[in-house]
Amino acid sequence: MGIDLNNFAESIGGVDHGPLWIAGQQTRTPAPSQLRLVAAPAGIVDLQPDEMTVVCGAGTPMDELRTELAKVGQYVNLPDGLTGPGTVGGALAEGRSDIYRLGRGPVRDTLLQVRYVNHDGQVVTAGGPTVKNVSGFDLCRLLIGSRGQLGYFGETILRTRPIPQSSRWFVMSEASQTVVEKILRVIYRPASVLWDGHKVWFCIEGNPKDCAAMIQRISVELPVITETSGPPDLTLYPHRQSVPPRFLGDVVQESARSDSHKIIVEAGVGIVHHQVPPKSTPIEKGITILHRRILEQFNPTGRLNPGIEILASAPSL
Amino acid sequence: MRDKPQVQSLNTQLISRLRAVLDVHRVHTASADIDLYKRDASNIEGRAGVVCFPLTTAEVQSVISICAEFQQPFVARGSGTGLSGGATPLDGAVVISTAKMNRLISVDPVHRLAWIEPGMLNLDLTREVTHLGLHFAPDPSSQQSCTIGGNVANNSGGPHCLADGVTSSHILACEVVLSDGSVVMLGGEDPEPDGLDLRGAFIGSEGMFGITTKICVRLMQNYQAVSTMLMDFTSVQAGAETVSAIIAAGMVPAALEMMDQLCLEAVEAYIHAGLPTDAAAALLVEVSGLPHAVTDDTERISEIGRAHGARTIRIAQDEAERALLWKGRKTAFGAIARIKPNYYLHDTVVPRRKLNEVLQEVYRIAQRHDLLVLNVFHAGDGNLHPLLIFDKRDPGIMERVHAAGEEIVRVSVEAGGVLSGEHGIGLEKRDFMPLMFGPHDLHAQASMRVAFDPLGIANPFKVLPSPSQCGDAHDMGEDMWV
Repeated sequence: MGIDLNNFAESIGGVDHGPLWIAGQQTRTPAPSQLRLVAAPAGIVDLQPDEMTVVCGAGTPMDELRTELAKVGQYVNLPDGLTGPGTVGGALAEGRSDIYRLGRGPVRDTLLQVRYVNHDGQVVTAGGPTVKNVSGFDLCRLLIGSRGQLGYFGETILRTRPIPQSSRWFVMSEASQTVVEKILRVIYRPASVLWDGHKVWFCIEGNPKDCAAMIQRISVELPVITETSGPPDLTLYPHRQSVPPRFLGDVVQESARSDSHKIIVEAGVGIVHHQVPPKSTPIEKGITILHRRILEQFNPTGRLNPGIEILASAPSL
Repeated sequence: MRDKPQVQSLNTQLISRLRAVLDVHRVHTASADIDLYKRDASNIEGRAGVVCFPLTTAEVQSVISICAEFQQPFVARGSGTGLSGGATPLDGAVVISTAKMNRLISVDPVHRLAWIEPGMLNLDLTREVTHLGLHFAPDPSSQQSCTIGGNVANNSGGPHCLADGVTSSHILACEVVLSDGSVVMLGGEDPEPDGLDLRGAFIGSEGMFGITTKICVRLMQNYQAVSTMLMDFTSVQAGAETVSAIIAAGMVPAALEMMDQLCLEAVEAYIHAGLPTDAAAALLVEVSGLPHAVTDDTERISEIGRAHGARTIRIAQDEAERALLWKGRKTAFGAIARIKPNYYLHDTVVPRRKLNEVLQEVYRIAQRHDLLVLNVFHAGDGNLHPLLIFDKRDPGIMERVHAAGEEIVRVSVEAGGVLSGEHGIGLEKRDFMPLMFGPHDLHAQASMRVAFDPLGIANPFKVLPSPSQCGDAHDMGEDMWV
């Protein structure tokens, strides 16, 4: 069972059909007004709970997918957009994980197979439909985070997972780096640990009795933990930076020296959420060369999403 | 892309250049030495021209730079445990062994990562970090002897990858020497380096994108509780349906393995573990994690097993019994030597709901070709490992083995499956790639290779069938034996 991508491919056309832009719900990057827009097919076409896979169009809204998966007790590890739910294709094209990456893993592990349309209007299959596959090179992982520069996603097969039986958030004030590291050491596979230099929020997931036992255990060492309704509001921190997690303490200290520069970091992961744009990181020359060669192969005329710089930092709101 | 590199005999000038950058004792050319490197653990033989043993990234860089200058193909090799001919050198290629680059460089126990060299053995890494309560999750059956560099090249799996994912999910960064001798860091300790996921593209590229010289691995917290159970069934169908029912019930066990009757008989005769030899199939199920989840899941899985007709459910009562049950699973390949001296191990994946249907077809294929087949495999992710057993001295047997193997691959793909779940494509399945991919699909994969290796000298002639390979040879080498 699959989606007919012929119309989608025709709408994209061959290399002589000029530059264009793929637009989903535009919750991450607004489409330029001067370019021809195309939209990926939407809709769930096959959901197999006992395979832990779902087949859907890349244009499927994330809220629709989440609702349907919840009916069978599963979820897919893709984040919403920045200003709304966004689409499956948007989440994959951006490739940025959400705050649960520590426990649930990165977005890039979610895509099993994609049928996409290349720069010349041809339908290409990458990956395979099963939950395990090493048949050929891992084109799926190259495509995730490519921001529409290597091809336009049409149909995706995604890995699903069981919704945790219990998911609880806790918070603690006056949390030093030592406290954060203790949480990382003591709690078994926490789903998320967020820290702003003063407060730490953390999420534990799994069997309810295990969650209760874990909290009891860590409360002995950190008695001022209280349960909270969820994570802090990160919409106030729209800019994103990726650093080695061992440097997060330094990043937090540097931020503390500036009253105007607030941050929240994903401890154990290395994502820093900023209120203002962070300094960009220099790119290694060899990496730039590889990107150039890949773009020459996959988007030689530059017609797919022109103007996007894959090596540039993530877009800001 | 440049023209196809000339496949040429190694000349004395190239060898003397290699000896100048390494030393004479780490550049082997004598037939007795290099014959050991003519194949990996598959049956596919080639011919190594010279075997080098670099110790550092700089030495790998020097060797590859010389290969580039001479347009000489090179092949990276770890322990040579691969099963698809991926490390088989063709046409006298330069073999670059990373076996001596086997150090644990550093461990960060708080953030659970380690930097290692590619020649480090898989199990050695876990042994090194056990005292920190950590382990490296991918556990191929060859984990005592396979290298992590090889795991990266093949994106290896293992019985315990069902819940935690295969190698790609556990590699944060690879320092790589490309075919032009340049060194790049793909990925990083930071989770989202700018740009494309070049790390992810490199993992599983079977040595055709370059050679990794340092690897940053993600380590996992050890579980606090574990439960291992063996349940047996009077039909393969009942066992297969139990697998699907466990997953559909919202559980992802750490491991979910199946053994069929012939396998049970062979293993029991070998290790005397009290396995149910009269059963059509047995499931080895392991759940791990926190104590309450393990207890609850063990109970729920037992209920599902009973509902699907499990005759007995044996739950390991202690670590010794757990080890015994796993020994049964892990020694299956040794046990079959009691039946026939040779085996050909296949590796395909099918949707879980098709397990029984495909297994029945595998039995029919073996019967048609008058072969014995036993099955021991990762049922939880649908990863079949039909094991054709034979005596290669029997006239015409290899033709029948290969014909049966091809049919098994075709049946798996036709059932909605894939060519390989963990062994890779290499030479073994290179020409089956069109079963799964069309010309545009293969061209896209070839484009990846061209971007990483425009010279076409990094382990050429593997993975991609000839029409999609710009510059690679079209046929297996004359000196290759399959």
